[in-house]
Amino acid sequence: MKLLEHVGRFTLLMFTTFKFPESWKALRKNVITEMHSLGIKSLGIIIIISGFMGAVITIQTATNLESGLIPAYTVGFAARQSVILEFSPTIIALILVGKVGSNISSEIGTMRVTDQIDALEIMGINSANYIILPKIIAAALINPFLITLSMAVSIGGGYAAGVLSGLVSGADYEYGAKLDFKMYFYFYAMVKTVVFAFVLTAVPAYYGYFTKGGSVNVGKSSTEAVVAGSVIILLLNYVLTQLLLI
Amino acid sequence: MIEVKNLYKSFGEEEVLRDISFNFKPGTVNVIIGGSGSGKTVLTKCIVGLFELTKGQVLYEGVDFHPLSFEEKKEIRKQIGFLFQGGALFDSLTVEENVMFPLNIFEQGTQKERKERVDFVLNRVNLTGSEKKYPAEISGGMQKRVAIARAIAMKPKYLFCDEPNSGLDPKTAIVIDNLIGEITAEYNMTTVVITHDMNSVLEIGENIMFIYQGELEWSGTRDDILKTTNKNLSDFVYASDFMKQIRSIANK
Repeated sequence: MKLLEHVGRFTLLMFTTFKFPESWKALRKNVITEMHSLGIKSLGIIIIISGFMGAVITIQTATNLESGLIPAYTVGFAARQSVILEFSPTIIALILVGKVGSNISSEIGTMRVTDQIDALEIMGINSANYIILPKIIAAALINPFLITLSMAVSIGGGYAAGVLSGLVSGADYEYGAKLDFKMYFYFYAMVKTVVFAFVLTAVPAYYGYFTKGGSVNVGKSSTEAVVAGSVIILLLNYVLTQLLLI
Repeated sequence: MIEVKNLYKSFGEEEVLRDISFNFKPGTVNVIIGGSGSGKTVLTKCIVGLFELTKGQVLYEGVDFHPLSFEEKKEIRKQIGFLFQGGALFDSLTVEENVMFPLNIFEQGTQKERKERVDFVLNRVNLTGSEKKYPAEISGGMQKRVAIARAIAMKPKYLFCDEPNSGLDPKTAIVIDNLIGEITAEYNMTTVVITHDMNSVLEIGENIMFIYQGELEWSGTRDDILKTTNKNLSDFVYASDFMKQIRSIANK
């Protein structure tokens, strides 16, 4: 019953959010600000995580390929496939729902409990549209770049780890990483990225927007937003994989 | 003028407001008084449309507000200024940006005209020189004045102030009270102040309503309060010995 209530309220909130803005100029300005806040400020953590993720995938794949019948370039191939299909779009989305999502939820929750949202409403401004829409648009625009960067850094990190550890030669890794590459894999990853960008902004925004009470509830909303966002991302990851890869 | 007719508001099974009818007169400071939890803030939020009514009507210049669409309500809301208890300033914006915010969103005039308007209202609330400061960098009293400046930036016809003096020292509270009284007269606004501060009531209250346990218990003028025989109002107003002394002096 509570789940249905959440779905209903979330849907209504999204109907209110996706409306023409009061001022296009303000929307443009807010989207740019949010792209910086949600995207550029996450670059550091994305680069670090992606680099180590690629390195670990490469080492684990290489040490598990004990059979001499499996060519060495398989390491590069497996690393590329894992990174493009799963690790970069999904794991980075899960990291971002923790970092960006909790930030969005607490920011909007604080606006709610300090009457800033009511202040917007009284001015005649559609508060959901003004606060939430720029975040969703910004994440949908910037996340494909972040995930593409993550893919590149991961594959680069895998190359460095493989070569430096002596588990695979640079030439083999590079050959495997380029082998049988289909643009559809990248398209699939980008579809997931944009869907997850919506989830990791809209779900925390929903929890923040309906926060009641004081600072304790702001923290509670933030935690609930991260948990719900993560579960929804994992669920949609499965659904999208079923729909797009089979 | 704002007319409230037979207003009821319930949250679930709990009836918070019952059969409230009252007229808020233009060009005067209308004051809603009542104890904590009496329903003052709920009533105000019902009047400005932040809460839906369970029953009743709120009319702005004869127009029934609640049945209107969001777009139709927006036209009335543009004429409403609201001073929240905590100020509700946008903490990521400077003082100047906060005041300019509604002007920018509704693109009122040219950039130069907006800047002039912001300078004018900031000067009106004695905040010239604080334009570039953030809300966190100024005192509570200054935050209230910024909130007043933002509320009047759009030249509203109606001004609502929710406990404008809460958390302020007596001297600053009087400054805020006087400011509200002055701008009400200047702009001929319909001002509604919610308070339980009797100093404010006696300082600026002209048309007063007393809410007791969700009902309109009493209404009258500042002078009427001093002579009231209503027990609940007397218990509220003359709770302190100091106020009892004021009454005895006034009645002599």
